[in-house]
Amino acid sequence: MLNIENLHVSIEEKLLLKGINLYINVGEVHAIMGPNGSGKSTLSAVIAGKKEYKITTGTIFFEGEKIIHLSPEERAHLGIFLSFQDPIEIPGVSVTNFIRTSVNSVRKARGLYDMPINDMLKSIRKKLEVFGMDKDFLYRSLNEGFSGGEKKRNEIFQMAMLNPKLSILDETDSGLDVDALRIVSKGINAFKSKKNAILIITHYYRILKYIVPDFVHVLFRGKMVKSGGKKLAIEIEKKGYSWIKQV
Amino acid sequence: MKTRELKDFDYKYGFYTSIEVDKFSKGLNEDTIRTLSEKKNEPLWLMYWRLDSFSLWKKMMEPKWGNVKLKQKQYQDISYYSAPIIKPLQDPSLEKTLKKLGLSLEEQKRINGIAIDVVMDSILVASTFKKTLAEKGIIFCSISDAIRNHPELVKKYLGKVINKNDNFYASLNSAVFSDGSFCYIPKETSCPMELSTYFRINEGGIGQFERTLVIADKGSYVSYLEGCTAPQRKENQLHAAVVELIALEGSEIKYSTVQNWFPGDKHGNGGVYNFVTKRGLCERQAKISWTQIETGSSITWKYPSCVLQGDNSIGEFYSVALTKNYQQADTGTKMIHIGKNTKSTIISKGISAGKSKNSYRGLVKVFSKATNAKNYSQCDSLLVGNECGAYTFPYIEARNSSAKIEHEATISKIEEDQIFYCNQRGIDFEKSVSLIINGFSREVLNKLPLEFAIEARKLLEISIDGSVG
Repeated sequence: MLNIENLHVSIEEKLLLKGINLYINVGEVHAIMGPNGSGKSTLSAVIAGKKEYKITTGTIFFEGEKIIHLSPEERAHLGIFLSFQDPIEIPGVSVTNFIRTSVNSVRKARGLYDMPINDMLKSIRKKLEVFGMDKDFLYRSLNEGFSGGEKKRNEIFQMAMLNPKLSILDETDSGLDVDALRIVSKGINAFKSKKNAILIITHYYRILKYIVPDFVHVLFRGKMVKSGGKKLAIEIEKKGYSWIKQV
Repeated sequence: MKTRELKDFDYKYGFYTSIEVDKFSKGLNEDTIRTLSEKKNEPLWLMYWRLDSFSLWKKMMEPKWGNVKLKQKQYQDISYYSAPIIKPLQDPSLEKTLKKLGLSLEEQKRINGIAIDVVMDSILVASTFKKTLAEKGIIFCSISDAIRNHPELVKKYLGKVINKNDNFYASLNSAVFSDGSFCYIPKETSCPMELSTYFRINEGGIGQFERTLVIADKGSYVSYLEGCTAPQRKENQLHAAVVELIALEGSEIKYSTVQNWFPGDKHGNGGVYNFVTKRGLCERQAKISWTQIETGSSITWKYPSCVLQGDNSIGEFYSVALTKNYQQADTGTKMIHIGKNTKSTIISKGISAGKSKNSYRGLVKVFSKATNAKNYSQCDSLLVGNECGAYTFPYIEARNSSAKIEHEATISKIEEDQIFYCNQRGIDFEKSVSLIINGFSREVLNKLPLEFAIEARKLLEISIDGSVG
């Protein structure tokens, strides 16, 4: 589904990613771990198409098509979703209004009519239940005054509404307490299927206890220094990153 | 924000209807005014009132304090009267115009239950629901009809809130106003439907000077809406209206405007000069609430105000002003607290895009006898792009130490990260901007009657098209 080949990325002349290779097949869950500043969030933003980053070498394929020339919204229309590490506030725009605009924009790009309002509300209500969210939430301004946990839940709620093929979860576990993490993970697991793929970006092992990855990669100073199965994550949890750095 | 190419700006109301008109030749003098008054079969007192206003106006200068740049207006170079020669609603081209404006009167009647007057150029051309209203004793007609049929009301209240020497444009209007809307709600009557007037400038080279007078008698309630459009022209058209509201004891007037006069093209040519004086008088326990959505006109200069004369009266002002390309808006309000325990609220949202200039100018004045006066003002500005300007000029004059006046102001920019977030959710750039703008304006949009709010939202979307970058 996602093929990243020899990806080099810089911002203002500074090289942030130095030759990343990553292959994700449909139905797989991958985790990228790494210490602060290793380039994890850069990688997720580049896949989503953020413009400030410059790709100097290498390319990204999504379902066999090169996507690096596509705008962020075109990538979203193809089915790429990024759950933001720190979702931004949009004052005055309610969660309902935003998700409706979002879902209908994606549908329009795929040549579909707007979703009838009743179906939309039904679908929203169902998802809310899964993530244990209050109905009041729908009328609040997007991310405005949301706690860290509420912001993350809102991201995952939107993911469930949009039903993307590839979901990149950038530090979705940070800011969540144990209960919230359990609920959100349950939702993600329910969403996970043979038809989609998930890329989890995280510092810590704890979210991987709930959402078990098929592959774990370690990113360090802009390079993938190690890949393995879920055991690698456990090892990192025990020993930290320092042992890998020495490799 | 980086510059981006967007599609060309499109003003969908820019068409012109070819209708035979009765139009005065250019120029203004006492004879023009006499002819105008005679043509309209007006009583003598009104003709003298007009002539008085004219002589006052001649001694006045155009105000220069506005934060706008304008071309010198040649007042002798425009025609002061232009009337479509038609029998209302029998002329098919007029019906077509109304349809294009989204104002099929028959349909509107069925769907919205809104009573509508349509003023084209200088006269009222269509009116609906007269009967239903008449049963309740509500008068809703053109000001010309009101002068003929209800002279006692007009004589008593015309110019009461906005004196004929109030300001340059109001005096000019008092001298030459040709038509407009009149509304009277009897005592203890709640008007059962929204009253609406739709103003349209059609002819070129004319000025539109309409006059609106709304009187809410004791304990009554009315919600009044006005909408405005004009054809696309290279020259600037002058629109100098006067709106007076009289809220007698315990009554409430809600006055909403969606102003979408032609704003000029994207190089700043043409467009309407919208110099409007709007003011309401509140007696004891009365309430006036102004809501305005201003997206049109090359220059907007208006300050819908409230004179809170009676004790416990309330004034409100909710405004969204959106400017783009080379548009300039200098708008705000005056809240004049004279009575005790008077309260006022000001919520102003200014959105500037392109190379436009958007100013809030407001005065909160508390007289010495106005004990326990309260005001809350909030002025928020949103910048779209790097070449526009937002300004705030709040004036406060308090002569009573018990007054509580609060003023909050914010200025913000649409951030790249907000756009990226929307983009990532599949929402394109233009839709993202309009979503953010609508969110920014939500507090004010929520004050509009429902049908109007939907239209206003759409208008904010249309207006931002092609103006960001």
